Amino acid sequence: MTYEIQPVEIPNRQRPHLIQMPAVETPKPIAEAQEQVQPKVQIKDLRFYYKNYEALKGINLTLHDKRVTAFIGPSGCGKSTLLRVLNRIYELYPDQRATGEVLVDGQDILDPRHDLNLLRARIGMVFQKPTPFPMSIYDNVAFGVRLYERLSPRRLDERVEEALRRAALWDEVKDKLRESGLSLSGGQQQRLCIARAIAVKPEILLLDEPASALDPISTQRIEELIADLKSDYCIVIVTHNMQQAARSSDYTAFMYLGQLIEFNTTETIFTHPHERQTEDYITGRFG
Amino acid sequence: MITIYVRRRAANFAILSLSLLATAVGLLVLFLILWTLLRHGLPALSVAFFTESTPAPGNAGGMINAIYGSLVMTAVATLVGTPIGVLTGTYLAEFARGARLALVVRFINDILLSAPSIVIGVFVYGVMVARMGHFSAWSGAAALAIIFVPVVVRTTENMLTLVPASLREAAVAMGAPQWKVIVMVVYRAALQGMLTGVMLAVARVAGESAPLLFTAFGNQFWSTDMNGPMANLPLVIFQFALSPYADWHLLAWGGALIITLAILALNVAARLIANRSSFSK
Repeated sequence: MTYEIQPVEIPNRQRPHLIQMPAVETPKPIAEAQEQVQPKVQIKDLRFYYKNYEALKGINLTLHDKRVTAFIGPSGCGKSTLLRVLNRIYELYPDQRATGEVLVDGQDILDPRHDLNLLRARIGMVFQKPTPFPMSIYDNVAFGVRLYERLSPRRLDERVEEALRRAALWDEVKDKLRESGLSLSGGQQQRLCIARAIAVKPEILLLDEPASALDPISTQRIEELIADLKSDYCIVIVTHNMQQAARSSDYTAFMYLGQLIEFNTTETIFTHPHERQTEDYITGRFG
Repeated sequence: MITIYVRRRAANFAILSLSLLATAVGLLVLFLILWTLLRHGLPALSVAFFTESTPAPGNAGGMINAIYGSLVMTAVATLVGTPIGVLTGTYLAEFARGARLALVVRFINDILLSAPSIVIGVFVYGVMVARMGHFSAWSGAAALAIIFVPVVVRTTENMLTLVPASLREAAVAMGAPQWKVIVMVVYRAALQGMLTGVMLAVARVAGESAPLLFTAFGNQFWSTDMNGPMANLPLVIFQFALSPYADWHLLAWGGALIITLAILALNVAARLIANRSSFSK
């Protein structure tokens, strides 16, 4: 995978607000917010390889608890790859590997001794395309809960209802919980997948372009959902949609060609980014 | 512009006509077979057909010993062959990941799949009948199982490969161990295709006569002894149809009709079960 797109040279006068800005030597991400929020995930010098192709070239990044972090960047920049490292889902494929450190609550999850299934039970993931399991709506939501908890039928019912309510799907499916999850519409299926992910009460929620296949109304619902969920989780969202990143995230990481170009509060990234590549991307000059 | 459009319409019409013609020919043959079987076979069906054993020429009798033998040997072959076939197919599709062993297994399976069934009969004769010293229903069932397995391996692997990787990833991301991913998600998604594969294999072995020639051998009398020779429908049909006796001919038609209807019913039943189980609970 090679990219012909190069950042366009833009004379400084075309970027007036940067000139007015006081010069910032080294971006110190989220220094002002550091007191209130806890680091949940610390990524240190993470490199990722598809066979011999280096898709991530030394990523250093901290993700905070109870905050939403958006990964943006052009196709192939490595943002989805980075997301897929966080629950080691890439290990399904033998010629993919990662080096470096990913500390979740201080423990390195890249350590091969780390129990993968337990790790993944703590980290929920929602994919670009809805992936309902071929079973009933109820069983879809109960799937993860049944894996790691022994609940009485009544408690399980409550848990399923709670998850479906939080995913804003309950009213639409409460009378057909026994019907196949595949019978729902695309937007409903995606909310079902979110319900399935939050039913196990994970600590981290990974969303890989969760709204890219949905219509605007479903997209809006999912964004509302993210806003509602962030009080409890560390949420990471990969998105191609700049407005979505601006609307729903607290922090934004801009990636390009396997590197983390800039990481800061979303407000800073979208109002006065420090790197020219970031500005070119968010203003639509390339990408 | 117009000419291209006209040409495409013509090509479309030609291909569509050919496809319809081919379908019609296939269906026609199928209906001719069914019609012939019904016309000749229905008169053979009587109470005696389902209650009495195969008769000597000129005597009254039925096919119950052959029906029983076919049922039992097909059932044993299915019970033994399905788990082996499904597990092997699962290994190839879910675990092998391009391992060299998988290539070897797949190659051998393809050879088995296309091996003439009489060769398998002779093989089982060599390893079982010759050593035991007598024909037996066990050896017949073993021969059928050997034919059964590769069909299930192939269909299981194909059906599992069709399950999208995103579904596996979703289940793995929930923290499910691999065996639960396979059993609870992948198998469910592929259930209908896998059941169809098993049904195909049942249909295939239920109609086999060659591998039973040297193994179950056949038995004119009622027998439930798995260690002794046992009657079965395909062999009786073969034997009776080649005979010069009109009453044996009639029984052979009846047997052919029964075996065809049974396989048809099995297929319909499997389809209904698969439909129901994949869309609720």
